[in-house]
Amino acid sequence: MNITALAGKLSGRSRSAHPPRVGQLVTGDPLSAGPDASHGLILYIEDVTVSFDGFKALNSLTLYIETGELRCIIGPNGAGKTTMMDVITGKTRPDYGSAWFGQTIDLLAHTEPEIAQAGIGRKFQQPTVFVQHTVFENLELSMAGERSVWGGLFSRLAPAERDRIDEVMETIGLSKCRHLLAGTLSHGQKQWLEIGMLLMQAPRLLLVDEPVAGMTPQETERTAELLSSLAGAHSIIVIEHDMEFVRSIAEKVTVLHEGRVLAEGSIDHVQSDPKVVEVYLGE
Amino acid sequence: MVDRPALILLALLAALGVLVPLLNVGVPESSALHVTTYTVALLGKYMTYALLALAVDLVWGYCGILTLGHSAFFALGGYAMGMYLMRQIGARGVYGNALLPDFMVFLNWKALPWYWHGFDMFWFAALMVLVVPGLLALLFGWLAFRSRVTGVYLSIITQALTYALMLAFFRNDMGFGGNNGFTDFKDLLGLDLHAPAMRIGLFVFSVAALAGGYLLCRFVVTSRAGRVIEAVRDAESRARFLGYRVESYKLWVFVFSAMLAGVAGALYVPQVGIINPGEFAPLNSIEVVIWVAIGGRGTLYGAVAGALVVNYAKTYLTGALPEMWLYALGALFVLVTVLLPKGLVGLLPLARKRLVS
Repeated sequence: MNITALAGKLSGRSRSAHPPRVGQLVTGDPLSAGPDASHGLILYIEDVTVSFDGFKALNSLTLYIETGELRCIIGPNGAGKTTMMDVITGKTRPDYGSAWFGQTIDLLAHTEPEIAQAGIGRKFQQPTVFVQHTVFENLELSMAGERSVWGGLFSRLAPAERDRIDEVMETIGLSKCRHLLAGTLSHGQKQWLEIGMLLMQAPRLLLVDEPVAGMTPQETERTAELLSSLAGAHSIIVIEHDMEFVRSIAEKVTVLHEGRVLAEGSIDHVQSDPKVVEVYLGE
Repeated sequence: MVDRPALILLALLAALGVLVPLLNVGVPESSALHVTTYTVALLGKYMTYALLALAVDLVWGYCGILTLGHSAFFALGGYAMGMYLMRQIGARGVYGNALLPDFMVFLNWKALPWYWHGFDMFWFAALMVLVVPGLLALLFGWLAFRSRVTGVYLSIITQALTYALMLAFFRNDMGFGGNNGFTDFKDLLGLDLHAPAMRIGLFVFSVAALAGGYLLCRFVVTSRAGRVIEAVRDAESRARFLGYRVESYKLWVFVFSAMLAGVAGALYVPQVGIINPGEFAPLNSIEVVIWVAIGGRGTLYGAVAGALVVNYAKTYLTGALPEMWLYALGALFVLVTVLLPKGLVGLLPLARKRLVS
């Protein structure tokens, strides 16, 4: 770690207001430049409050995600997990608080497509692949880069782009299904295709909502391997109920309860926390 | 990347474009093979309907926007061409007024309204055939898609759009001939509109426009943008999360499709010899959707086939059993929707399997 990064880490201790921007040379459009994670953190959620008709789905939630981390978020129903994802992806605007992607990108000031293009990919709970498109086309559509109508009309796939699609297809284990319609895949295969679609966007941060719901034990195991292999190169947030699965992948777990962080740490640490046992695990 | 349906359709259109004029001009009228000039004009009309069906299929079949107002763009294209044809009449109208069309003289108007200027030039009228439907679609689509109006609500608004235009064009003081619209056309590009050669020319041009429209649509749907458009149809919010500006894609397709419909309308008017506000009737737009559903939505050749089959059936049935036509259309629509969700072209793979085995 070099001096600057170290200084960044240290100054990260005073992470109160919002990411330090002083002394930072921002050239051009921060969105297209991607997130600046030079301080070792990719996501800053600070004091975020979201209420729906008086019900506080998020109640001054504060959460930081480190670059390359694989973080599991658990919590009972209604703890605010999905709302948190919605805030990060720009679907829901909080009443209060701030959310930054790296040092320079204010997530609250951008639209859903802009945030997606800046490098945050989301996998939904229900696999939503494009059922009338082939596996290959699903990945092609998800590929980072051209999004304009005009470009879409005239651009053709470059060899490097084809290679990239092949590579991702290999990673998610669907090379043999390349020309199958996504609608004909099994549930587990659809989930992997979704993860592949996320990877095609070359995101810095992956949001994965209940990846193993409804999977067979073999599929679950395969998914755990897949996600673990992706951490490091990507920062990943996984929301999951399956504790076995969480135990098999997580380095660090955050427990949400009633819209705020109840506990944070290793899975053993969290599972032995009496507050957590009371609200979540202790039934 | 040329697939078989595309080749077959283009070959059929080319054959039609060559054979029909040949059988009209080259074969004596006594022969059974002779194609009458009436049939040539009728086939030409079918070609313009098929082009309209293509336009509707692009927005509905591929982009999932169920438009029930596309006849509005068709009629606007037709009116633009009609204005040019009215100006071509010149002093040969009933009132012999070289400056004003007959209906304006009848209304005691003294000068040409500003929006009629330029329509004495063919190039200007041809441009307006694209620009007017395109602009309306741009404005309408911009408002509707930006507000994320989708599904049945959007369909209802498109119906309202065409209905409102119909009411407006019925008014005499709009300056579009009111109830009667435009008719009694004489010339096109200075040539007699009723000459057999002109009929053949219009027919061949309509076939060419259909082939060209088909190729353009095919280019769109086989491009990456085409796959995005289908993705928007199947999972709109997913496409948005992938970073696609769904509204821009919808708007683009809608405007392009409206322009195609405008061209279809412009070719329709000189062949049928009349354009009036009835073309804006909501029922017309719904009928186009039925052609596409029957032919097979989401396949371009299916839309063409649907328009041709249904309109042939309409011509035949309204002649033989006039009161049965609407029942037949309704029954066909219900049967196809229930039994053949992919339309008539959905039968092709089945037929092929039957042949192979």
